[in-house]
Amino acid sequence: MQSLGLDVIFKGKNFIRLLTGLWVAVRISLISVSISIALGLIVGVLMTSENKVLKTIFRIYLEIVRIMPQMVLLFIVYFGTTRVFGWNLDAELSAIIVFSFWGTAEMGDLVRGALISIPKIQYESAMALGMNKVQVYYHIILPQTVRRLIPLSINLITRMIKTTSLVMMIGIVEVLKVAQQIIEANRKASPNAAFGVFAVVFLMYFLICWPIGKLSVYLEKRWS
Amino acid sequence: MDFDVMISYLPLYKEALFLTMRVGWQGVIISIVIGLLCSAVIHFRVPVFRQTVGAYTQLFRNTPLLVQLFFIYFALPKIGIKVSPVACGTWGLGLLGGAYMTETFRSGLENIPKIQYESAESLGMNRLQVFRYVILPQAVSSSVPGLVANVIFLLKETSVFSTISLMDLMFTAKDLIGMYAKTIECLTLLVVFYLIMLLPVSILGNIVERRLRHAEFGS
Repeated sequence: MQSLGLDVIFKGKNFIRLLTGLWVAVRISLISVSISIALGLIVGVLMTSENKVLKTIFRIYLEIVRIMPQMVLLFIVYFGTTRVFGWNLDAELSAIIVFSFWGTAEMGDLVRGALISIPKIQYESAMALGMNKVQVYYHIILPQTVRRLIPLSINLITRMIKTTSLVMMIGIVEVLKVAQQIIEANRKASPNAAFGVFAVVFLMYFLICWPIGKLSVYLEKRWS
Repeated sequence: MDFDVMISYLPLYKEALFLTMRVGWQGVIISIVIGLLCSAVIHFRVPVFRQTVGAYTQLFRNTPLLVQLFFIYFALPKIGIKVSPVACGTWGLGLLGGAYMTETFRSGLENIPKIQYESAESLGMNRLQVFRYVILPQAVSSSVPGLVANVIFLLKETSVFSTISLMDLMFTAKDLIGMYAKTIECLTLLVVFYLIMLLPVSILGNIVERRLRHAEFGS
């Protein structure tokens, strides 16, 4: 039985390279998540408005995000817009734009869901106590919404990290690309390296996303 | 935009659409079957299998499809398991979806209040009747929104198949861009074909969701 490539992973700087690649993916997702949460809060509040025009715009926005694969959006931004407008867009920047566009819709929908799930009586009681609108939001609605939102936004982080594996398609050197490079470089010495290397990448993603997912479930149970 | 070019690409895209749809829907069906089996295993607390199913869902829900496909397509042959791109896509999607479906069906079954079981039993139903007439209809109806979301998610995920050289829509678009550099035309067609594939599912899903809301009554 030939080696399955576990030795290749610890040869030279290979393991560090894999981790660096993983960091690229995680960095992109963390930046995108931060932008999504900030914009998502605004979009979510706007979605609850009664304005017909706003409502239609956001419904179309949500539907686009819901049915267009992120890969297609990546291609449109990275290859399409650069062609149409003739600008020079960095691959990482286009990834951040796409994932923020996607994340904002997801987050906005979560915020909207959290806002409308708060019973109307909470607003009315607060008003009856003589609070003005800002006070109602700040003291009554926001604390309750945030509690419902934190587990869901943590969940969004894991989904973001999983989706960023797509960025290798627009030429960003992240963990999968590094894995391929390592396998290619060792093709002669250990032809079976693919098994070990991809198994490690698989495990790396699992070890990042699993604890975060657990945390989100735990918080959801504790705060509900 | 050059419409003649777009029309000349149409047959290629059509073929790719059929392939994508076939692999995608086969994956969806596999995932629903896996989901039903696994959620039954969890619901009825089958020993040993329950832990296995738990490990499986955690493992597949916490890794990207791209990584799973790479593992199946490039790593498994090294230990003697060879799979064709189509089989890899179908089963990769099925396994990923199975994990998500399990979670959806399981929470559908779990969210039924205990009082429903007790009331049904006090009406003189046996366990099978309780499950068939009281629990299952409610579980189905409360799983539908999740099911629809999962189906759309899975059909969307088919876009990563191009990485294992399956000639799907994404692959065709990339290929044509690479050969003729008609970027705008190719991307426009790509968007149009994904709309053809997914918009009906989304609309139909909304209708089904609205019609199956009876479990929400009174809760």
